[in-house]
Amino acid sequence: MSLQLSINLAYIVSSVLFIFGLKMLSSPATARRGNMLSALGMAIAVIFTLLDQNIITYQWIIVGMVIGTVVGVAAARLIAMTAMPEMVALLNGSGGLASMLVGWAEYQRNIDPSAFTAGVIALTVLIGGVTFTGSVMAWAKLSGKMDGKPILFQGQQIVNALLLLAILVCGILFTLNPATSFLILMILIGLSLILGVMSVIPIGGADMPVVISLLNSYSGLAACAAGFVIENNLLIVAGALVGASGIILTNIMCKAMNRSLGNVLFSGFGSATGGGTAVEGEAKPISAEDAYLVLEAANSVVFVPGYGLAVAQAQHAVRELGELLEHNGAEVSYAIHPVAGRMPGHMNVLLAEANVPYDQLVEMDDINPIMETVDVCIVVGANDVVNPAAREDEASPLYGMPIINVDLARTVIVLKRSMRAGFAGVENPLFFKDNTRMLFGDAKASVQGLVREFKEG
Amino acid sequence: MRRIVIPTAILLTVITASPVLADPLAQEGGSEVSQTPIFLAFILALSIFLGFELISKVPATLHTPLMSGSNAISGISLIGALIAAGHGGDVLVIVLGTLAVATATINVVGGYLVTDRMLEMFKKKEE
Repeated sequence: MSLQLSINLAYIVSSVLFIFGLKMLSSPATARRGNMLSALGMAIAVIFTLLDQNIITYQWIIVGMVIGTVVGVAAARLIAMTAMPEMVALLNGSGGLASMLVGWAEYQRNIDPSAFTAGVIALTVLIGGVTFTGSVMAWAKLSGKMDGKPILFQGQQIVNALLLLAILVCGILFTLNPATSFLILMILIGLSLILGVMSVIPIGGADMPVVISLLNSYSGLAACAAGFVIENNLLIVAGALVGASGIILTNIMCKAMNRSLGNVLFSGFGSATGGGTAVEGEAKPISAEDAYLVLEAANSVVFVPGYGLAVAQAQHAVRELGELLEHNGAEVSYAIHPVAGRMPGHMNVLLAEANVPYDQLVEMDDINPIMETVDVCIVVGANDVVNPAAREDEASPLYGMPIINVDLARTVIVLKRSMRAGFAGVENPLFFKDNTRMLFGDAKASVQGLVREFKEG
Repeated sequence: MRRIVIPTAILLTVITASPVLADPLAQEGGSEVSQTPIFLAFILALSIFLGFELISKVPATLHTPLMSGSNAISGISLIGALIAAGHGGDVLVIVLGTLAVATATINVVGGYLVTDRMLEMFKKKEE
């Protein structure tokens, strides 16, 4: 059996391991083993590639791998669970950058490729470049290095259209005559990097779950395009799996906000303040003591976490309160909206970190039908995803978005810093409903206050 | 399960039959019009289909680990990077290759480890 053939057979084993690794992610019970299986597939692919005859020297490979491993291990160990969206954004970016560099390096190895290869090189640097800078911008917005508000300016659409046109022209010129087009490839790379920045800056902080999912998909597609460049089946299979995954998540996020992908990417949602019918009435504050009395009498309690939970790092305190309520005889669950937080599944990870068992985490569609039987809903740092205007007020920008119907519970306790509007900048009539009580203050401090009441009471 | 196994089997058959695998030297020559792009596109179409089947089964609870885990898989471009960094010729190719190896390794190592760290935390209720 030739060496090349055994390498290719190893790639087939890797693809199967990737496929079954993803398959095992369909249940939390098998997910961890699935991830290990997938990592094993990657290890096999890397080890067999190192046997390739085209590899003559190993010193630079070792340098690159050592740097990558040190950075990767440190980042994976040190990152706080609340900062997971930033981490995933940066990982997307490094994947995109790697694919872009592979495409470019392949051109330098053979500067007169076939038209097909030249075309896919152009595609690889384009997708890779957009993924790289787009992810860096997403990271800057998520980590607060940059204002989360959409950045809009006059003539933005025209600038972007010209940018796309220039990219298209460069791509065609490069494909037609790659041998003399080094400069055009450089321009193409530059324009792709600019496009990545331009496409993320008009998107607001609350729409980040969509952006991260989309960039996730791009990082897969970039690897896929690189697979066409080096004519490697494994890159195509793996890249396509990731691309499909990102697209599915993007679609779920858009549906959960009742908006089209186009609307998320181009509308600058959240730049305007206000919107919707002004709300009449007065919010009714509640003290920790009174909230304790309400909770003490409750038979069923549902927590509804949002991004505020992550900001206040309140997940451990919430779990403690949840356990006390269970000891008190109440049924406790956690209802999670698909776009709560800054990335898909963000809240689930935080609650899992605080040791909340995953069978207590409930999806929106499962909790809403039984909401009327719930005694108390505690909203921790969520706003737009529980805004009843989405159901009732046709003038509201949120109208039509599926929400968790906390206002239908017998009592709602909202933990909130102040009466400020949510990220979408929309008034929330929930705060003025008869069955709503506002517990003002930092979410973590408020929950800890309730925990204290329980321990003393 | 059948919905996963059947497309996987078809995919593997196509990969095995593809010219890239069957005749690795054919791609080096490239004198005639190559069939390789067609096969690669075929593999792409099947993989996308399979990807949709697989991912639509992942519950919302696991969406964050799904993202970081699939992200690690996209670090597969490491394979192309290894060949560029180790080919032992042009300096620019080696520089680009080494950078690509480093970034792809960050993607792979960081992605798998952080996914493992998250999945470790998902526990059932102890009775």
